[in-house]
Amino acid sequence: MLRIKNVESGYGRLKVLKKVTMHIRAGEIVTIIGANGAGKTSLLKTVSGLIPARSGEILFDMKEIGKLPPEKIVFLGCSLVPEGRQLFAPMTVKENILLGAYPQYRKKRGDQVGDDLERIYGLFPRLRERERQLAGTLSGGEQQMLAIARALMARPKLIMMDEPSMGLAPLVIKDIFSIVTRLRREGNTVLLVEQNAKAALGIADRGYVLETGKIIMEGTAEELLSNREVQRAYLGRDLDAEGTM
Amino acid sequence: MYWEPDKECMDREELEQLQLERLQSTLNRVYAHVPFYRKKFDALGISPEEIGSLSDLPRLPFTTKEDVKGNYPYGLFAVPLREVVRIHASSGTTETSSVVGYTRNDITMWSKLVARILVAGGVTKDDVVQVSFRYGLFTGGFGLHYGAERLGASVIPASSGNTARQIQIMKDFKTTALVSTPSYAMLVADTIREMGIPVSALSLKYGLFGGEPWSEKMRDEIQNALGIVATDNYGLSEVIGPGVSGECFERNGLHINEDHFLVEIIDPKTYQPVPPGQTGELVITTLTKEAFPMVRYRTRDLTRLQAGDCPCGRTGRRMSRLAGRTDEMLIIRGMKVSPAKIESLLFEIEGQEPNYRIVIDRKGAMDEVTVLVEANGEPQFGEERRHVGRTVETIRKRLTHELGVTVDVKLVEKKALEPIDGKAKRVIDNRKL
Repeated sequence: MLRIKNVESGYGRLKVLKKVTMHIRAGEIVTIIGANGAGKTSLLKTVSGLIPARSGEILFDMKEIGKLPPEKIVFLGCSLVPEGRQLFAPMTVKENILLGAYPQYRKKRGDQVGDDLERIYGLFPRLRERERQLAGTLSGGEQQMLAIARALMARPKLIMMDEPSMGLAPLVIKDIFSIVTRLRREGNTVLLVEQNAKAALGIADRGYVLETGKIIMEGTAEELLSNREVQRAYLGRDLDAEGTM
Repeated sequence: MYWEPDKECMDREELEQLQLERLQSTLNRVYAHVPFYRKKFDALGISPEEIGSLSDLPRLPFTTKEDVKGNYPYGLFAVPLREVVRIHASSGTTETSSVVGYTRNDITMWSKLVARILVAGGVTKDDVVQVSFRYGLFTGGFGLHYGAERLGASVIPASSGNTARQIQIMKDFKTTALVSTPSYAMLVADTIREMGIPVSALSLKYGLFGGEPWSEKMRDEIQNALGIVATDNYGLSEVIGPGVSGECFERNGLHINEDHFLVEIIDPKTYQPVPPGQTGELVITTLTKEAFPMVRYRTRDLTRLQAGDCPCGRTGRRMSRLAGRTDEMLIIRGMKVSPAKIESLLFEIEGQEPNYRIVIDRKGAMDEVTVLVEANGEPQFGEERRHVGRTVETIRKRLTHELGVTVDVKLVEKKALEPIDGKAKRVIDNRKL
């Protein structure tokens, strides 16, 4: 589905990503874990075309997208749920969702939008209840659902999520992550960037550990969860302090 | 039958993507955590960030057995010792052995790779597997043990030695798969014959042999004598132990577990890659090991990569069975003599797998080579003895002619050349050089 090879990018003279190579197969949930500033968000922004890749290749569905503008990438089926939701607060829930359907209208598939909206409301009944409410008045968890709903309206093949759990209460995080697994069950492919490594690895198939712009580890979620360096640095467990068992 | 079909039958392009990802993350880790590699990379002016393709591999430095020994015991470990759950060492005296470590993930991964090899060799969870590799620091015993257990087979940790007792166990416990060195399998076959136990009294079906090179002829003998399918598998402590590669039922080359090991074949003299399909030294880079990653380890084993797909469906490229070792060339009176060459000549003359030992002494300034060849039958007298004498003379002339070095040949009694430490000891060099 997505294959990235030796991607480098950054801001101005600052190189954030250094030869990042990774892939996602269709139907997988893959997570990228790493500390603040490791380059996780930059990686998603690079894939979605928001910042240009300086070198390397990004193949989406076997098409090179490294030089494409963001809207073309969305048209091809690769959507981003950005960090901090980025909703239009003064607009209603429904209007926000419909904005996500913009590519569908451009593809002259406007007639499908009604069905899609029904499907999304099926997935997020809470949003139907609040469809006339202004987005800015929603709770954090609801805003995150709205951001996901908006991305889904473009019917993406790959949905990339940047820190969906950020600022949410543990119970709400559970809700959001169960939505992610549900999306996968329905045939979506998910690239999940998270600081909450434990929750992310709990639902992911595989993961990559990004450290100062470089991938230092790759493996199944199970392997990463049992790696002691990952446990210490990202899961907040200190096995030495916990004793032997 | 496969153990991990999605990995063992992965398509090439997907595999190469995975290999590159894993190579880059391995290099990032060794550069950050192993001073030996950081110094070596820095000295060559190369940073892991410059490796953007599998074809960049030759830009990285080699690692040799001397490097491993020079960092004895823990210098090449990439994780703190508290993360290491197992330590093994290669053969050799304490000061000269290679010490290797495994994290919990490494052990899991290793077990899975060995399980792949066992499955390729016919073993299922319903088999009774007798592991007759030596248990201990040597990776063979524990490596196969954990793999067979992972697979769900019933494992008998018989270890090596006490052959009569092993055969008793084999018979009573209804062992279906024997795991050992090929020379130990030969010893088992001989002992069964001597004890007068018919093969039909055993339940053996499969034999998985490794730890030393062995010929096709030897395979035939073992297969016939024990009534089994015998497959070859390969590995070495510095890289992981058993589990690097193994044969499937086709018995035509060993499938390399390429999602975990990156292989190159180089010319041991020029260090350049050999043309595709040519024999050269096997060089291995580990892609997933945590505790003891290896970058371009020179195995000193000679092999080649076979072209073409295998009917079994596994896509891991096949390496041919070992053609000898680069460091096993003996220099005798200035001439290079390969023990493998002696073995193949003996085989040609005798028409069967020879049990032999090459002994080198220095008398004054002269090297003297004696090839001890084990007799097939009982000692002979009279006319037959003269026939044996003629055979010995034939061997002597042929070896001397082909090797360009005068060689003495002596016939020794059957069983005089017992394996040492479970491995056939082929060369004894008594020269003090």
